[in-house]
Amino acid sequence: MAVERSQQRRELALTAAGIPIVLLAFGAFILWIFPPLFDLFWGGMETIFGGHWLVTSSFIRHGFTAGVLIGFTAPVVGAYLVNRQMALIGEALAHTAFGGVAIGLFVGASVPALDYPLAWAMVVAAIAALGMQYIAVNTDGYADIPIAIMLTGGFAVGIAVISYGVVFSATVESYLFGDILFVPFENVQLMVGLTLLVGLTIGLTHKQLKFITFDREAARLARINVWFYDTLLIVLTALVVVAAMQILGAILVAGMLVIPVAAAMQITDSFNRGLILSVVFGQIAVLVGILISYDLGIATGPMIIITAIFLYLGSLVRGGR
Amino acid sequence: MTPAISVENVSFAYGYHPVLRDVSMSIEDGEFLGLVGPNGSGKTTLLEIMLGLQSPDSGRAELFGTPVEEFAEGTRLGYVSQQSTDADSMMPVTVREVVEMGRYPHAGLRRLTTDDHTIIDEAMAKVGVDEFADRRISNLSGGQRQRTYIARALASEADLLALDEPTVGVDADVVDQFYDLLTELNEDGITIVLIEHDINAVSEYADTMACLDGELYEHSETATFLESGALERAFSSARAVSSRRVAGGD
Repeated sequence: MAVERSQQRRELALTAAGIPIVLLAFGAFILWIFPPLFDLFWGGMETIFGGHWLVTSSFIRHGFTAGVLIGFTAPVVGAYLVNRQMALIGEALAHTAFGGVAIGLFVGASVPALDYPLAWAMVVAAIAALGMQYIAVNTDGYADIPIAIMLTGGFAVGIAVISYGVVFSATVESYLFGDILFVPFENVQLMVGLTLLVGLTIGLTHKQLKFITFDREAARLARINVWFYDTLLIVLTALVVVAAMQILGAILVAGMLVIPVAAAMQITDSFNRGLILSVVFGQIAVLVGILISYDLGIATGPMIIITAIFLYLGSLVRGGR
Repeated sequence: MTPAISVENVSFAYGYHPVLRDVSMSIEDGEFLGLVGPNGSGKTTLLEIMLGLQSPDSGRAELFGTPVEEFAEGTRLGYVSQQSTDADSMMPVTVREVVEMGRYPHAGLRRLTTDDHTIIDEAMAKVGVDEFADRRISNLSGGQRQRTYIARALASEADLLALDEPTVGVDADVVDQFYDLLTELNEDGITIVLIEHDINAVSEYADTMACLDGELYEHSETATFLESGALERAFSSARAVSSRRVAGGD
């Protein structure tokens, strides 16, 4: 026992030391290794598809890449949320993130150095996530009350700030409804970093998150730090939501967290397989959704969600439960 | 020898509603205790305090000689609650995945090793759920599900197993097998605390019994316990309290 505990403590120390190193490595990857890889990949696609406009436009390259990254991170985080009956928390965080965007646009308009709405959104959403976690732990009451308050409160703040300042409505709209043609390369890089972070964190803590999701009481009994893992999950969710907001918009973001997972859970008995299947469905929804949206000239975010819903309906038929 | 569990002068109230009053008892290592009492007598609360899932308003609890709030060896504890979790009805999770969870606290952030998987397979075989390993837990019968949770405790290498009315909703014809399994585990050296409403059944299997109704009425060898009259006292006081409440229009 004692040996095992000292071993765990050593692992913990290693993890703590590893975090800055890993973050530096991620930073280096995003800044120097990812851009040439990105060009190489899309250059290759251009040769394969003979210069079709879908692979040559840099807008669409950014959008596709961002979509694929979201199709990975959102269902992964969503798998734990859905099974904790926290499906709507993503929506609430997206709305507070929208408030953050509004603040960022407002501040950025007067202080150009701070003109980075997405970073503002991440900070505000992360704070909101921690606040929600605090309220959930420290107050009695139904779990959906803080969600409803955040959901409306985030929007209220956002709209109040926008109405006070002078902001182009097109910019606001792109954060509300998402715009795949509106993803600058820095944001793609940011999302690559985020995907690495989510992948690594979930890879390391999957066991604990799954245990707590399935049986909180037993996890507490095993002296797993439930509060820490809850906080970790909700902060990851906030980050994923902000990233996904660019494509799907604040209003539709929760769909990507929930629908692929719901579809996967219908047709598998194993959580781990469900997790993998959720990502597969997420990818299908993103890729098919983007292609249909270009083909028919329909907005991309909604088309991604509609595709996901069709996948869900299909899984209902197949699962037959 | 240090007892597996000891509580001293534990009191607990939900708001203004007192549940436990000044309860002291200790459970020896290797004991098979049947804890009985009327509905609402605080059995579950006492068990939760013993395991550190609840903090008492006053008094202290120790696990294996360590104050419960400092007790860090969670893997030594196994808990099978009443019809278990909310999630298990909806969440897709296989029997094997549930039993694997018993190894998670041992593994920490690393991956499960071959040794871990051997322990998991043995735990499933011991309680007889190995043939359902890849079935979704929500598709099992109540008895098979409770066995799965016991397997999880075994995989965790628990030496204390607490069960809160585990046989509610379990088919009558498999209840005996379930108790036989508990007896077998107890013979292997696992301390067992069993909350049970069926006093006849528990008196057949438990070494010692205790009766609780807000306060502790008796805790002794099963034979002594049955002759002590504690049951009559506890259950009649419960009736008296509930009739008083009706009369008072509460």
